[in-house]
Amino acid sequence: MTIVVIIALIIVAVSMLGFLYRAIKGPSVADRVVALDALGISLMAIIALFSILLNTTHYIGIIMLLAILSFLGTASFAKFMDRGEIIEYDRHNH
Amino acid sequence: MSLLHTAVSLPFIGAMLIPAIYYYNKRIHPGYFALIIPIAAAILFILAQLNNQINQTLNWMPHIGLNLNFRMDGISLLFCMLITIIGALVIFYSIHYLNKREQLGHFYTYLLLFMGAMLGVVLSDNVLALYLFWELTSISSFLLIAFWNHKQKSLEGALKSMLITVLGGLMLLGGLLTLVTITNTFSLHEMVSKSDVIIQSPLFTTAMVFILLAAFTKSAQFPFHIWLPDAMEAPTPVSAYLHSATMVKAGVYLIARFTPIFALSASWIYIVTFVGALTLFWASFNAVKQQDLKGVLAYSTVSQLGLMMTLLGIGGLGVYHDHQPLFYAAVAACTFHIFNHASFKGALFMIVGIIDHETGTRDLRKLSGLIQLMPVTFTAAIISALSMAGVPPFNGFLSKEMFLSSMFDISESNIFNGPSVVLLLALVIIGSLFTFIYSVKFIKDVFFGHSPAVDKQVHEAPLFLLLSPLVMVAVVVITGLFPNILTGLIESASYAVLNKDIGHLHISHWHGINPALITTLLIFAIGTALVFAYKYWHSVYLLQRPNWTFNYVYQKGLTAVESISYHINNTIIASGIRKHLIIIFTALIVMTAVFLAQSPLNFGDWQLSEVRLFELILVVLILIATYMIIVAQSRIFSIIMLSAIGYSVGLFFVFFNAPDLALTQLTIETISTALFLMCFYHLPKLSRYEETIKFRLTNAVISVGVGLVVTIIALIAYGHRFSPSIAEYYIKNVYELAAGKNMVNVILVDFRGFDTLFESTVLGIAGIGIYTLIKLRDKKEVEHEQTEK
Repeated sequence: MTIVVIIALIIVAVSMLGFLYRAIKGPSVADRVVALDALGISLMAIIALFSILLNTTHYIGIIMLLAILSFLGTASFAKFMDRGEIIEYDRHNH
Repeated sequence: MSLLHTAVSLPFIGAMLIPAIYYYNKRIHPGYFALIIPIAAAILFILAQLNNQINQTLNWMPHIGLNLNFRMDGISLLFCMLITIIGALVIFYSIHYLNKREQLGHFYTYLLLFMGAMLGVVLSDNVLALYLFWELTSISSFLLIAFWNHKQKSLEGALKSMLITVLGGLMLLGGLLTLVTITNTFSLHEMVSKSDVIIQSPLFTTAMVFILLAAFTKSAQFPFHIWLPDAMEAPTPVSAYLHSATMVKAGVYLIARFTPIFALSASWIYIVTFVGALTLFWASFNAVKQQDLKGVLAYSTVSQLGLMMTLLGIGGLGVYHDHQPLFYAAVAACTFHIFNHASFKGALFMIVGIIDHETGTRDLRKLSGLIQLMPVTFTAAIISALSMAGVPPFNGFLSKEMFLSSMFDISESNIFNGPSVVLLLALVIIGSLFTFIYSVKFIKDVFFGHSPAVDKQVHEAPLFLLLSPLVMVAVVVITGLFPNILTGLIESASYAVLNKDIGHLHISHWHGINPALITTLLIFAIGTALVFAYKYWHSVYLLQRPNWTFNYVYQKGLTAVESISYHINNTIIASGIRKHLIIIFTALIVMTAVFLAQSPLNFGDWQLSEVRLFELILVVLILIATYMIIVAQSRIFSIIMLSAIGYSVGLFFVFFNAPDLALTQLTIETISTALFLMCFYHLPKLSRYEETIKFRLTNAVISVGVGLVVTIIALIAYGHRFSPSIAEYYIKNVYELAAGKNMVNVILVDFRGFDTLFESTVLGIAGIGIYTLIKLRDKKEVEHEQTEK
């Protein structure tokens, strides 16, 4: 059981390295954003695997949080690239 | 309140009341009210002396040793009389001298403040009170010099005298406190009785140097004499009172007061004698070339103060040799000359004020031939000037004779020998020669020759203006003709200086033919010749370069201090945050390195746990990301790498069993990354030009240094754990006492809830701050845009 989890951990870690390479190298911003999104998800996977390894349920909340954050981050980046702003707020009309 | 305390407090009370009187009563000159005070004080002093109430104590702050303990011995009595009587004469003179349009309330307040302070200086037996009054004389003198504060030169003179005398004042504090440390008493006369303890103390030299500097700055001794000629910008009554008769003698008083203590040391005698002689020579030499009447008198005052110092130095030999009555005469000469100088110099200043008043100028080149126009002034002037020159039968002759004969006596002592005697005699004889020259030249230039080239119609001064100088001239004549009426005062003053009975003193004009008399006659002959040949030799003064004077040094020093502080301000304080950080971090490195270097590196015993593979991977990840931030080409890449580090730290929290921390860390990291991106987006277009961080060797060295130092400290700290952790308590009680199972949360809100409260406050303040910044900025920007449109 533990060995399976460790093998899975290693695999996820290796894939994270791949994402990281893309995030660093990525020619366009979009490449990097997608790589970061994937990184976030693999982070969730790692935490889940660790919860198994440490035999605890305390990290479930973090996994949920990461899911939300990763979504929010990616969505705001997408909006930023699309419109140039994250929160549309017209300063001059207030 | 005893008589002495009442007498000293009178001027202070007067200083408080005068402005009110002046405000409500414009018809009567406020000087008449001020005049009452010195007269009353003089009467009180005489009463105190007659009733033998000469030792009065009044506790003020006994726990720090500051008490108003007054003690009136001979020298204090002499000074008290000078201060109050000349004070009264000066006030009377000023009533007729100062215009009614001047700020008279201010003038008399300052003057009375000064009078009270000066009385305090000469009466205080407590050293802290002495220092207090001493500084008060400096401050009130500063106010009086700058009385005409619309004049630039007055302000400069006041600043100069303030800087120099306050420097001396601080020296005095240092010296007095050193003496207090040695003797463990705050009382001057107890210090005198412990003089054998003081001379053996290792702090003796420190105390002596401090006291000497204090006395030399206050009494305008070489090379601190430069403030006194500039203080002549004060109104003439002030110059007459402060800068001839009273305040400048405070240093002489101090030296006299400490003679029984310090004259046990040969270096004290050497320094006081030679500085005095040098001052005597240098100032009288310079007095001759002055064009301004008050300038002549200022340098003359400096040189006469030098004479008194020299006498005190020689008088110290009487203490040094224990019982050498030969040198007691020097002290008697000094106290006699203090009196004489006050009388003739006060008169001279007032006469110069009258001349200024009547002719509108004090310039020696413009004044001449006043003898027929102002006969009374001339009479007063010639008597006081001849007294200053040391011509019989006036009182200056007597003290000058005593001075010269003391000078010839010093070869009897074993500490002055060979070249030092020759040098000393040369200094004082040439000094006396120049004293004669400037005194005679003063009379010759002002009163003789053709009629003055001034605009005003010159005539004799009114009687009231002349009254004060005439009284002083009368004193000069009377004490010159009958000097023995003063012997009682001089004897008791000399007794106070030496702390020894000097025996009966008899002053007479004729001592028989002795070296002093021959020298005096020679001085008269050569001096008269030199006065009339002045135009042939005055070019000797042109040899003196303007940048060789101490004024030049003072000005340069002032500019240098300013430019140095300006430079420091520019290079360090106003140099931007990079240099500040360099300083802070270098200090951190240096201090820690010094601390580490003091003991051999001892890492203690580490209780290390096993290193796991994923921790290693995470460390490598963070290292890569950190490296990337440093070498990143673009800012946005740095931001991403920073958030990568943040997430990795979150992961570390996961590995190390800290779910709450991980939760918070991840959220905060996301938000701060978003904030960073926002900042990045709002950068102005121009500065968005991106380049690699420039490599700077200092930065690299300092950052590596900080990293190393902090790492070493962390490693050492880990090995030395002095007390067990208190975690066991929390683990045991988290449920029993606080009814919670999440220990982190229980600690945050229960065991240590206060921290949380204030951290919430911090967050609240930050939020309000951001809101304010944005709102204010908005408003300004909008206004700005509107005005542009």
